[in-house]
Amino acid sequence: MSGWLDILSIGPSVTVQDLGRPGHLAQGLSPGGATDRRAIYEAAALLGQATPRACLEMAGMGGRFRLTLDTRIALTGAPMRALLEGEALRWNASHLLPAGSVLDIGACESGAFGYLSVGGGLACTPLIGAQSAHLAAGIGHRLQPADRLPLLADPTPDAPCLALTPEPRLSGGTLRVIPGPQTALFSADERARFFATAFTVTRGNRQGVTLAHSGAPFAPEAAGSLVSDLITSGDIQMTGAGVPMVLLAECQTVGGYPRLGTILPVDLPILAQASPGTTLRFREIGLPEAEAASPPESQWLAPLRRACQPLIRSPHDIADLLGYQLISGMVRGDEEGT
Amino acid sequence: MAAMTNAHAPFSEPHPEVLPLGLDGVLVRFALRFDAGANRAARALVASLEAAPLPGQVECVSALASTLVRFDRMATTRAFIEQALRERLLDIAHTPTHPERIWRIPASFGGENGPQLTQVAQIAGLGEAALIDQLCASPLDVLAIGFAPGQPYLGLLPANWEMPRLSALTPEVPAGAIVTAIRQIVLFANASPTGWRWLGRCAFRPFQLHAENPVPLRAGDGVQFIPVEHSALSAIEATGDPMGGARLERAS
Repeated sequence: MSGWLDILSIGPSVTVQDLGRPGHLAQGLSPGGATDRRAIYEAAALLGQATPRACLEMAGMGGRFRLTLDTRIALTGAPMRALLEGEALRWNASHLLPAGSVLDIGACESGAFGYLSVGGGLACTPLIGAQSAHLAAGIGHRLQPADRLPLLADPTPDAPCLALTPEPRLSGGTLRVIPGPQTALFSADERARFFATAFTVTRGNRQGVTLAHSGAPFAPEAAGSLVSDLITSGDIQMTGAGVPMVLLAECQTVGGYPRLGTILPVDLPILAQASPGTTLRFREIGLPEAEAASPPESQWLAPLRRACQPLIRSPHDIADLLGYQLISGMVRGDEEGT
Repeated sequence: MAAMTNAHAPFSEPHPEVLPLGLDGVLVRFALRFDAGANRAARALVASLEAAPLPGQVECVSALASTLVRFDRMATTRAFIEQALRERLLDIAHTPTHPERIWRIPASFGGENGPQLTQVAQIAGLGEAALIDQLCASPLDVLAIGFAPGQPYLGLLPANWEMPRLSALTPEVPAGAIVTAIRQIVLFANASPTGWRWLGRCAFRPFQLHAENPVPLRAGDGVQFIPVEHSALSAIEATGDPMGGARLERAS
């Protein structure tokens, strides 16, 4: 530990997140971790980290922060209005935060979960091998005003700031689904109807996203007393009312509702970022195609690194252009472009 | 569908299904409905996979009637894991399972510690004292851990404990609540709503976040409740020890 992230004010649902706690299913603990996992790989790419480190996940609303040492930060996931000492910061980019400066992060402009990562990563005491809050399991808590979180020194605070254009995932789309253990409990007709239906997100959180549609509820041929079975994030479960709920990071480890299939991990960020009202569709694909389309997470970072570009400020990114002295703005642009 | 016809079959010769669960998981399902033989088979498969892991296996876990193997996609393939599991299943088909570890957990029944005891006894066709005797007579198996961290499903109770879940949820039972439905017991790790009937309570906490081993119970352990007076349970709770007076014994 070598510094602090001070929380001056905070949105209602901001937690520390990382890659979570895989390997504890036998203890009834789901992996948890960042809801939009791609966003923390993007942050790792922007900050030159070998693997994503613990960061802040901000649901809907950010907060006001101050760091006690010069540190690069990365802003990824759902874009939020970010101001450094009143100056707008580009989302999907890294920036240098001088010690003592104040960073304001406002409400989501679109999507659901924004991420604030720091160059060295947060250094909170791990519980069961990770720093991430798993509220459903009673691990960690929503951050409060006046909390201070330890952080590791940024190993390269002077590294050039970077930006990337993320894969679009803030306005819904078509998610690819592989068959799961209970897919065959649904008739071919029922599955065909599911894949032909457009769904609207009604609500979502770290545990899952609930969908609505017009038309009859979806039901398996054999409902009733199915024994509870192991579930995983991405599973599309049909609740008693035949309404789909897709499971996310903080799902339970076993569940009793029948499940139609599992969304590809690589498409899950679209679901995680789907705010209420977003339209989603599903497409069934086979396992061989899915394996090619959704590589293991250990392969996610390299292409994101290649996608990073030097951060060049453009007038488009400056929210209140008229408030700037244009000459000094241009000088600053030259410095950051090199 | 083959799965449906297998659901109630005896498991002297299991015909488990090998199915995908996510891109890095293979699920071996022994039954679609609860079946004691399927549960034993699921636990026996985990015991085998823990004793001799498959190449590329990163995690294995049993639920009530299935076993999941998660694998490292960089190290192996689904086809390899599926084939290796089919071979492994031949070895475990007749493996008897006995609990190696038995927990004895003090518990208090009825009254404020189990408001639905009377109802449970009525449905089970016994007096309250006889019902508690029946429950505490011998260890129950930890059939699975799940739903919440550390939380055990215990069973299988005698046939007179066959009772459905309540149609209306009880808004909250406390941590340590002992509840029952469908010939099983769940011991709640945290305060929780439930549709199962609440008949007792213990001071043992199945999820101890700050302990060196946060989840003391394992699937396959035995759990025997030792009935104590309300006052004795209160005294145990007053110590603040999350083990709640539980004793662990190696089965002889």
